[in-house]
Amino acid sequence: MTVQELPGAGASHRSTQPPAWSPRTDAAPLLPDPEPYRVLGTEAADRLDPELMRRYYAELVRGRRYNAQATALTKQGRLAVYPSTVGQEACEIAAALVLEDQDWLFPSYRDTLAAVARGLDPVQALTLLRGDWHTGYDPREHRIAPLSTPLATQLPHAVGLAHAARLRGDDVVALAMVGDGGTSEGDFHEALNFAAVWQAPVVFLVQNNGFAISVPLAKQTAAPTLAHKAVGYGMPGRLVDGNDIAAMHEVLTEAVRRARSGGGPTLIEAVTYRMEAHTNADDATRYRGDAEVEAWKAHDPVDLLERELTARGIIDEAAIQAVREDAEVMAAALREGMNADPVVDPMDLFAHVYAEQTDRLREQAAMLRAELEAEDQA
Amino acid sequence: MAQALTRAMRDAMAEDPTVHVMGEDVGTLGGVFRITDGLAKEFGEERCTDTPLAEAGILGAAVGMAMYGLRPVVEMQFDAFAYPAFEQLISHVAKMRNRTRGAMPLPITIRVPYGGGIGGVEHHCDSSEAYYVATPGLTVVTPATVEDAYGLLRASIASDDPVVFLEPKRLYWSKADWRPEAPTVVPGIGKALVRRAGTSATLITYGPSLPVCLEAAEAAREEGWDLEVVDLRSLVPFDEQTVVESVRRTGRAVVVHEAGGFGGPGAEIAARVTERCFHHLEAPVLRVTGFDIPYPPPMLEKHHLPGVDRILDTVARLQWEN
Ligand SMILES: Cc1ncc(C[n+]2csc(CCOP(=O)(O)OP(=O)(O)O)c2C)c(N)n1
Repeated sequence: MTVQELPGAGASHRSTQPPAWSPRTDAAPLLPDPEPYRVLGTEAADRLDPELMRRYYAELVRGRRYNAQATALTKQGRLAVYPSTVGQEACEIAAALVLEDQDWLFPSYRDTLAAVARGLDPVQALTLLRGDWHTGYDPREHRIAPLSTPLATQLPHAVGLAHAARLRGDDVVALAMVGDGGTSEGDFHEALNFAAVWQAPVVFLVQNNGFAISVPLAKQTAAPTLAHKAVGYGMPGRLVDGNDIAAMHEVLTEAVRRARSGGGPTLIEAVTYRMEAHTNADDATRYRGDAEVEAWKAHDPVDLLERELTARGIIDEAAIQAVREDAEVMAAALREGMNADPVVDPMDLFAHVYAEQTDRLREQAAMLRAELEAEDQA
Repeated sequence: MAQALTRAMRDAMAEDPTVHVMGEDVGTLGGVFRITDGLAKEFGEERCTDTPLAEAGILGAAVGMAMYGLRPVVEMQFDAFAYPAFEQLISHVAKMRNRTRGAMPLPITIRVPYGGGIGGVEHHCDSSEAYYVATPGLTVVTPATVEDAYGLLRASIASDDPVVFLEPKRLYWSKADWRPEAPTVVPGIGKALVRRAGTSATLITYGPSLPVCLEAAEAAREEGWDLEVVDLRSLVPFDEQTVVESVRRTGRAVVVHEAGGFGGPGAEIAARVTERCFHHLEAPVLRVTGFDIPYPPPMLEKHHLPGVDRILDTVARLQWEN
């Protein structure tokens, strides 16, 4: 039945047709391939760059060691909490390495490894989790935004920064990281929409590690994949094997290139798995079985690359050994850095609230100073 | 006042290319209250930008822009529609300087048309200042005069800290002998002003309630009261000195605002005045505020808003029985 045939739609109506509208018809290229993109173990691996892959392999091994060391530090009480990225190292490292110096990384609370892989001193990166301050570094110096604890809230920042850089004519790309749970937050959607409307040079990287604390992806979204969400905003969505660092490299590099050349934002869903509990405070046995974890072990990001590179003669036993030793040196330095008791100054409480201290804060600072002096004398 | 606000943004944009205005309908339309009228035309859509309709997105993007060195001036269309942006405001805007130990201050101005008295339907008339003043890291100012609309907005845009700039809607159309060609210099953020000198009691107020208090002070003359009226202008930082000096002179104080009384700014101010002026007070510090109710429908708002009579009744109660 057309509108004209509807009862009551008589000739007396001047027009029953709404004005023509023009939907975008070019959505097809935006759609993700529903099979995660892979390189390792496929023909595509023939074109691997040995130099780059050695670098990635070294970073992966260091990343794995970093995770182990940070987790050990929580057991020793040196870190208040640590959200492990064991199993997700390929995502973390590729995200850091595809960026140029002038680009910006917007990590979530889980992404200390990405910040470290970008060159941030591990002790500075862990300040938030150790508890001596919220952010232990100058974001502008490293072009790494503060690790964001409120989920997805850093995504609109990435959009704003990238937009501002483009307005100024600067060649800057922002890469923002978020978890699968974070994609349900309003800020995720607002950020994607802004980025697409503004054609901002941003790459959104979703690490779909299966769970938001205890909640599996199926209870988080009814979408076919998280990458599909991109289409509704008018940007391409890409699905990639998050444990395949060569695939991560290719997909991220392409998205960064696109952003840099004015092509606008991309949403990438990296399918990966969180091998350890959400944090050391969480009990993963309550919501998932060993079989699932075991199955993912067979698809470990470090092993995947090691196997491929060994088979192709790009690394050998000696090279692997050298990389492991190098990782031990990093771990020892991290231990040492973290074992020094952080020096905290209680007066810092008032130092960075406003550019100019208010009377109220001055009074409260004086009160604390008097309390501290009294303590010293006691 | 509307003109003065427009002029303030225009002058700031002309002087400083990093100032960017953004929000819903601020471009072609010039804002629903026309406060950004002409800015897009003069400075281009890149500097006066119609954003998608998403308050968290607007403020969140402004955070990123400020991180990169711009000075965003964000318009929230109405008081009650700023709430979706509260997470950005509280978790990031207010805290970024602190989180980064001063390395990354955020010079963002957030303009919020607020308050009632314009016959608006629900969600268009909230007095939301208590939420803002309870958030450390935010500066909160509200002009009551045309000079202040210009002067305080210029100061807010120039501030290296985020400022919530509360615009009393019902004063948008207030006229004064103000010539935009020669904007007056006004005292900056953090300074309260005695708008009317008096001897028998102090009315402490701000924003939309200032004209009401001035009217009440005139009316009180007939009752033999000579009321002093202090306009706070800035809620954070709070100019305790001006307030305390005034109350010590007069010995009596009434705080007047539209926002609800329980947990409202008046509660804080009354407590501070009591702490600092206890021996000078002839009576407890009283408050005249809106009721502790969701903002009422237009036909009932006159019963809710503190008016001259309610202020006078309260002033009469300052004759405290010893
Ligand atoms: C706005 C907000 N709500 C709730 C939390 C508490 N929280 C911390 S992590 C987390 C789960 C996040 O899951 P996901 O986004 O998948 O990231 P993952 O931890 O798996 O990396 C929750 C609910 C939070 N940090 N922020």
